[in-house]
Amino acid sequence: MPDSLINDPVNPAVNPVEPFLRSDRMPSIWCPGCGIGTTVNSFARALIDSKIDLQSLALVSGIGCTGRVAGYVKLDSFHTTHGRAIPFATGLKLANPKLNVIVYSGDGDLSAIGGNHLIHAARRNIDLKVICVNNLIYAMTGGQTAPTTPEHSTTSTNPYGVFEPAFNLPHLVEAAGAVYVARWTTFHVRQLTRSIGEAFQKKGFSFIEVISPCPTLYQRRNKMGDGLDAMKFYKEKSKVRNGAPTSEVGLTMTGEIVVGKFVDRERPDYQTLMRAQYAESLGERFVEQAEMVCS
Amino acid sequence: MPKGRVSIVVERCKACGFCVEFCPTHVLALSSAFNSKGYHPPHVVHPEKCSGCDLCGMYCPDFAIFATKVDPAKGGDK
Repeated sequence: MPDSLINDPVNPAVNPVEPFLRSDRMPSIWCPGCGIGTTVNSFARALIDSKIDLQSLALVSGIGCTGRVAGYVKLDSFHTTHGRAIPFATGLKLANPKLNVIVYSGDGDLSAIGGNHLIHAARRNIDLKVICVNNLIYAMTGGQTAPTTPEHSTTSTNPYGVFEPAFNLPHLVEAAGAVYVARWTTFHVRQLTRSIGEAFQKKGFSFIEVISPCPTLYQRRNKMGDGLDAMKFYKEKSKVRNGAPTSEVGLTMTGEIVVGKFVDRERPDYQTLMRAQYAESLGERFVEQAEMVCS
Repeated sequence: MPKGRVSIVVERCKACGFCVEFCPTHVLALSSAFNSKGYHPPHVVHPEKCSGCDLCGMYCPDFAIFATKVDPAKGGDK
């Protein structure tokens, strides 16, 4: 083995994201070429850059490949039932309003079985940061058609090609009322890091969609190569259009991938409205809930 | 004198090749050696070209590689 392959004993440096990871769980279960690890990397770097207090953070994830993120980050994290990451996160946020709650889950979990929760959390503008890793397929269960699978691609449940129209997630959540909507791919690591940092600053429902390769199922069945080929495809086909109308950013199988920050607006969030309503209706009888102390 | 130094945790690598492809100065290449899982981890072929930008570290899905800036005055890490 060449010398350079061995860990450098004279170099005391450690990976800057190491403090945010449960190193004893590594290597992860994700396939070679999968982009979920890259999104976790960007997320950890956003935590470093934003200097956010880790004690005030909670990460909630659902089921699926991306749902495994909760087990790999050294934060207060919660691996919930399928599709119910947003309801659990809503409960956390309502019980302890000072908590920064992050929902980290996949497209199948958030937009299919959890689709109802996604639109209603956006409608109520609950202060959650949702990171949706979109690999365009149900990956952990064997490559079935997901609501986000582009038309004309091949999956294990549509071997002759998908004929259903796909969800355009940024359009969906903008229409439902999200205050921050962005989309990046795993190729855009720096932009994604910055975007996650911006979402931490927003009060309200923030949604970041990250297009990620699935070399084992989506890329293989559609003869699109491996994870590296997918990254080259993203590099070639993606076009940054900040502020683009979300109705025009739908994904197709081989067409342009519009990325960027689409929506950044202000709306009162759920708890602000709730307090205002109670203060108005109850007047002096309304008492702000006591601060919860976990000991 | 290189401006940066790459560190590789060989046993975590899954040989996706992201770091090799996206290194701006082409410091890395996949080696012919295996790690214990049977993957070919990257190795440094042009250490003098490394700028320490840590883009390899940002792309790595398995947290197996990172780069640090080298302070030329001290001859060590910043």
